[in-house]
Amino acid sequence: MSVVIENPVLHATEALHDANPMLPSAFVVRAVAKETYDTFTLAVEPQNGVGTAFLPGQFSMLWVYGVGELPISISGNPAEPQHLVYTIRSVGAATHALVSQKVGSAVGVRGPYGTAWPLEAARGRDLIIIAGGIGLAPLRPVIYEVLNHRSDYGRLVLLYGARSPRDLLYRKELKSWARQDDTQVLTTVDYGGLSWRGHVGVVTTLFKFARLQPAKSVAMVCGPEIMMRFVLRELDAVGLRREDVYLSMERNMKCGVGLCGHCQYGPHFICKDGPVFRSDIVRPLMEKYEL
Amino acid sequence: METLERIISEHPFFADLASPYANLITGCASNIRFEPGTYIFREGGQADVFYLVRSGRVGLEIFPPHRKPILLGTVGQGEILGWSWLLPPYQWKFNARATESVRAIALDGKCLRTKCEENHDLGYELLKRFAQVIEKRLEATRLQLLDVYAVA
Repeated sequence: MSVVIENPVLHATEALHDANPMLPSAFVVRAVAKETYDTFTLAVEPQNGVGTAFLPGQFSMLWVYGVGELPISISGNPAEPQHLVYTIRSVGAATHALVSQKVGSAVGVRGPYGTAWPLEAARGRDLIIIAGGIGLAPLRPVIYEVLNHRSDYGRLVLLYGARSPRDLLYRKELKSWARQDDTQVLTTVDYGGLSWRGHVGVVTTLFKFARLQPAKSVAMVCGPEIMMRFVLRELDAVGLRREDVYLSMERNMKCGVGLCGHCQYGPHFICKDGPVFRSDIVRPLMEKYEL
Repeated sequence: METLERIISEHPFFADLASPYANLITGCASNIRFEPGTYIFREGGQADVFYLVRSGRVGLEIFPPHRKPILLGTVGQGEILGWSWLLPPYQWKFNARATESVRAIALDGKCLRTKCEENHDLGYELLKRFAQVIEKRLEATRLQLLDVYAVA
C-alpha cells in the first residue's frame, strides 16, 4: 500500500520492488530516540518521498547493509505514513547495528507485511490492550489509531508490564495516554527498586485493578509467548470470548512473505498468516510442547 | 453512613459473603490508616492481623544480607495484605511498607481464629477465599521467576 506524500517520481526500481518482494526500498534514518538503556526508536523516511501506509500490527523487514535483515514491528502512528517508526531492542549483532544507525544513514525496508490488529471489529467496543516488554511497540499504533478516532471506540484499557522501571517504554506517552478520557493505563514491573512507587508484580496481577466490560470488549495481546498464555487464562477468567482476543505471535522470520517457511507455526506462516491471530486459532498450538 | 460491616461486605475479598459471616467478621475489625513509608509489619514479627486494603499501595520487601531490601511485590486497593495470621507459627515472612497513604480494615487474627474454631463453616469460607488469593500469588510468583522479559 503506498500513499503519495509529495510529488512522487516512480523510478524504475520501484516498479521492480512491486514485482520482487525480496528487494528492499531505500529509506533514510531521520531520528533515533533512546527509549531505555537497550531499546531505541528509529524513524525512517523513503528516499523517493513516497510514504508507506501501514495497518497497526504489521511489520517490515529492515535491512542494515552489510549486516543483515530483521523483521521489526511498526510502532508509529498510522496517520503519519510519511515516515515509518520502529522500536528496537538491541539484543544481537543486527539489532545493535540497526539502533546504532546515525541520522542520515540509509537502511533498506521491505513491507509492510502481515496481518493487522482487528480495529474494524473493535469499533464501538472497548479495547483491552495487554502488553509485555517490547510487546508494547506493535500495539502503540493501535493506541494512536484509537486516540486519532476516539469517538469510534469505547473504553481503552492498557495493561503494561515490563521487567523493571528502567525497561518501561514510552514513559511520557504512558502518562499522556492515562490522562485521556475514558482511558485506563495500568503499569507494572516484575522487579521494582525501593524508589519505585508503582505496582510490582507480573502483568496478570493488573487485571484486578482494571475496569473491564468483557461482553463488549476486544482484547489485543503482545509480549513473550509464556506471558500471553497466562494472560489468556486471565481473559478467560474475566469472561472474554476467545474469538474476541487477538495475539501477535513471533517466530524467526526470513523472507517475510511466506516463501521460505522459517516462521512456520503449525499450519501457519507467522509472516503471512500473522503475526496477528485470533486467539482461538493459535491457542491449541501454544499449548503444544516445543512448537 | 459507611458501617464497618458494609465496608467489609463490599471489599472484593469478601464479595458475596453471607450476612451472618460478615457480622461475625466485623466483630474483629477496625479501621486503620498508614502514612507513606510506615512499616505495617516486619519480617519475624507476630502475625496477629490481616488487612483489607481500601486505598493506597503496600510494598512487600525482603532484605538479603549486605544488600538493600528488594521489593517483591505490591498490594493495592481491593486486595488483602497478610495471611501469616492463619497458620502457625503466626510470624510475618516479609516486611510490608506503605508506599502511599493507605486506608485499610484491620482484622484481628486471634479473634478470627477463635471464631473459626467455634464456627467451622466460617473457617471453611475464609480458607476458601485465602486459598484463591494464595493460588493467584503463587502463579504470579512462578511467572515472575521465569523472568520472561530477559533476553533469551
